This record gives sequence, C-alpha cells and structure tokens, in this order.
Amino acid sequence: MFKRSVLPVLTVLGVIMALWYAACIPMNSAWTIQQLERSGETMTVSEHIADTWAQERPRLPAPHQVAAELWDTTVMKKITSKKSLIYHGWITLSATLLGFGIGTTLGVLLAVGIVHSRAMDMSVMPWAIVSQTIPIIAIAPMIIVVLYSIGVQGMLPKAIISAYLSFFPVVVGMVKGLRSPDAMQLDLLRTYSANKSQSFWKLRLPASVPYLFASLKIGVAASLVGAIVGELPTGAVRGLGARLLAGSYYGQTIQIWSALFAAAILAAGLVALIGLLERVTLRRMGERP
Amino acid sequence: MVSNLIISAQNLDLTFQTNDGPVHALKDVSLEIGKGEFVSFIGPSGCGKTTFLRCIAGLEQPTGGQISVNGMTPDEARKARAYGYVFQAAGLYPWRTIGGNIKLPLEVMGFSKAEQAERVARVMDLVDLSGFQKKFPWQLSGGMQQRASIARALAFDADILLMDEPFGALDEIVRDHLNEQLLALWARTEKTIGFVTHSIPEAVYLSTKIVVMSPRPGRITDVIDSPLPRERPLDIRDSKEFIEIAHRVRDGLRAGHQDDV
Repeated sequence: MFKRSVLPVLTVLGVIMALWYAACIPMNSAWTIQQLERSGETMTVSEHIADTWAQERPRLPAPHQVAAELWDTTVMKKITSKKSLIYHGWITLSATLLGFGIGTTLGVLLAVGIVHSRAMDMSVMPWAIVSQTIPIIAIAPMIIVVLYSIGVQGMLPKAIISAYLSFFPVVVGMVKGLRSPDAMQLDLLRTYSANKSQSFWKLRLPASVPYLFASLKIGVAASLVGAIVGELPTGAVRGLGARLLAGSYYGQTIQIWSALFAAAILAAGLVALIGLLERVTLRRMGERP
Repeated sequence: MVSNLIISAQNLDLTFQTNDGPVHALKDVSLEIGKGEFVSFIGPSGCGKTTFLRCIAGLEQPTGGQISVNGMTPDEARKARAYGYVFQAAGLYPWRTIGGNIKLPLEVMGFSKAEQAERVARVMDLVDLSGFQKKFPWQLSGGMQQRASIARALAFDADILLMDEPFGALDEIVRDHLNEQLLALWARTEKTIGFVTHSIPEAVYLSTKIVVMSPRPGRITDVIDSPLPRERPLDIRDSKEFIEIAHRVRDGLRAGHQDDV
C-alpha cells in the first residue's frame, strides 16, 4: 500500500520541487547581479544561488518562501485580521458555497425539465452550451455592474458568477444520469402502470446519483474559480481574488503565489469533501465495495 | 374452444415503421390461452415471439386484429394488475436490496407498509430466497438474481406471468434447476404462464402448449398441445413422448425457415 501509492506521489512532488528551485535561479539571478553591481561586492556561486531563493520580491518565489508566507498568513495571524488568508479564504469560500448551491439547484432543475419536456430539451440545452463559450472574465464585470445598478452587491454577485460556471456540469451530468435507465427498466415500471413522478423518484433519480457526484466535483471547482474571478473586476479588498489583485499591483509575488496555493488547497479540499460524500452515499446505495 | 379463456388474440398484425421500410413483426397471429396453461413461444430471432408477449402486456400496440386479456384490452388488464412480467435480464435496481427490489411494484401500486413486508417475505420464500432480503443484487449469483426478479413479478398476485427468455443468459445447469423450480412454482400458484424461449428442450419440458413461430413476417406455424403429465421430473426428457414432441417442434421450426435456406 505504502510503496504503491505514497512513494510515487512523493517522487513526483520531489521532482516538482527540484524543478521549481532550479527555475528560481535563472528567474531571480538578474536582480542579484544588479544588486552586486550596485554595491560592488562579490559572491561565491553558492551564495549567489542562495540569494535567488531568498529575495523579498523575486520574479519566482522559492517553495519555502511561499510555504513560510502561507504559514505566516494562516496560523500566525488572527483570523479576523485583514492579513489572514483564512479570513480572505472564508470570504471567497462563502461566495463559492452559495454559488455552488445556486448552480447545483439550477442545474438539477434544468436537467429535470430537459429530460421531461422535449421543448425544454430543444430550447434550453443550446443556450446552456452557448453560455459556457463566453469567457467568464468578460461577462463577470457586466454581471457585477448590472447587479450593482439594481442595488445588489457584496457576496451575491460573486455567488451568481460562481453559479454561472457551476450549473453547466450539473446540467450535463444530470441529463445523462436521468436518461441512464435502459428501455427494459422503463418497461418494467410501465408494467406496473407507474406514473411519471414514480418513475422519476424510484428509477431516474437514484440512477442519476453517480453522475451527479461526478458533476458536483467539477462544479465545485468551477464555483471557486467563479468566486475568485468575481472578486477581480470590482477591485474588492476582501477575498482570495482581492489578494491576487493586490499582490499584482504591488509586485508582491510571494503573496500572489500563496493566494494561488490557498485557492488550490481550498479547491482540493472541496473536491475531496464531495468525494467523501460520494463514497458514503454510494456505499449506502449498495455499491460494490 | 379453450375453457376459461384468459388470453385471446385474433388475426393480430403488428408492423413497425423503420428507416428501412415497414417490418412485419406479427402477421395474422391468432391464439387462445386458457387459465392455468403454461404456454411457450419458440422460434428464431425476429419471429415475433417477444413482440407477441409485449402485445399481451400492452407494451406494444398491434396495428391490426383483436387481443383481449381477462376479457379486457391489454392496457386495461395491465392497470388491473393482470400480469407480472419477467425480462431477459433480472434488471434489479443495484441501489435497492433484494427485499427492496421485490417491494418496488408494491410501492408503485400503493400497498400498505405491513402488506408490503408480508408479501415480500411470502414471495421470497416461494422462490427459495428467504434470508437474502437484505443483500444487494451484486451479492447474488445470476440465477438467484433472476429468481428475485420472478419473485418481484409474483409479489402483487397477478394471475398471469409473462416471461421473456428469463433463463436465456444462464448456464445449462442453473437453467435446469430453475426450470424445475418454475414448474413447482407453477403447480403451487396455478398461474397462467407465457414463456418465450430459444431452447427446444426447455419449451417441451415446461409447457402444456408450445407455440412454434417463424420470422418474416412473424407468424405461428404450429401449436402443439403437450401430452406430458403436469408432474414432470427432469428425467422425463429421456422419455419417448418428450423426444417426439421435441421432434415436432424442430420440424415446425425447420418448415418456417424453408424460404430462407
């Protein structure tokens, strides 16, 4: 077990770290050379390399710098502090969860409509697909401006952008899932003279559950992206998106990278949580262990 | 004239409109089935045996002729819970336990909780699956799954059991065993059974009446009333009568095929 899963993972991680540290040297070397020219000092090669891993505003921060920043802005800060990544993470997470909730509900409802109504199948599906071809970065500012003009601001606009991204995988997955019962299973219910709602609750819905979870995993990650994108155009001061933006304004590369990692960790956590929920649910639904 | 007529088809026609033109699934099919009979439909693929069974069940609408089940149209008969249908695959819901699967028709039909439990226990006993109520389908063998699907069809006490190649996907030994059990079940419950099969020995062993069909267009070429007694041990298959009937069925199948070969 250990050799089969942990070792390869650690190997890959080690390779990435090594490449990362190696990449820092050419990326940050110019600054070190510039500083040396100014002061007229000299450095050995190993000192020079060490310096590229310890700059205050490197082009590419070294892994340990990002890790230190992450540690410093999570564990070492009060979570109410404006400098705490947990504080900013929660701002983004709350918008993500609200958007994910809205997107999932909308996605499931649309899928139910599409499966039961030919008119909706013909009319809604193309629009759902078109909606995803528009770059979110282009439409996000407009959503925020339009909502602001009718007095809606704060978390809800971000959540709506997040829902805009997350409803689509849910629609696609649920339509497939609700249509997954084969002709024989539908015939069986016909022999019981089952009505449409019975077919839905007893057959279509339970059959769609594995598809739903696959969609939810994509949907929740998309939700997080949506919430972060929703923080960018407003010049928001709170949230992971705001940290990214502020970091880029002031050339705080370490802050940008740590916010990126915080977002990635958050996304991984959310996907893992849904994975756990999936395992528990499917096990209860008699899935073969 | 059959006594206690349960199913009656007169000059039944069914034409499917396909992209390759019309397909005559059934042509001029007339048949009468009496109460308590075990009727097998045998013939090559495309002879309409399954289609005919589906017409009885109201799952297909004939394009011509008359068919009545218990004196009603198939649709009315279905609503009156006249039949239970067993498909080729067990088709158990993987997310329900065996007990839960057998309960499915009872839930749909609105039986009370207490009656559901009582009926599930009774039919599970009938197919020798007592003790497997809480198991999930994947924990059972193919033969046991098919028995569970028969129990599901029996749960709401329909008088007619329609079975579409129920044992077609099982191996010979399991199939023999299930055939024996099915005959015992039939004797105990006195149901009328319509049974589609590919297998001549299976048809002869089980049936009181064998309907031989042939394809293009699907039609009945022979109806054989079996002289075998209702009590049938497995070794009856070595008897002279059994072999004679099997011969006649084979001849019927060959005659129906003549235009093809």
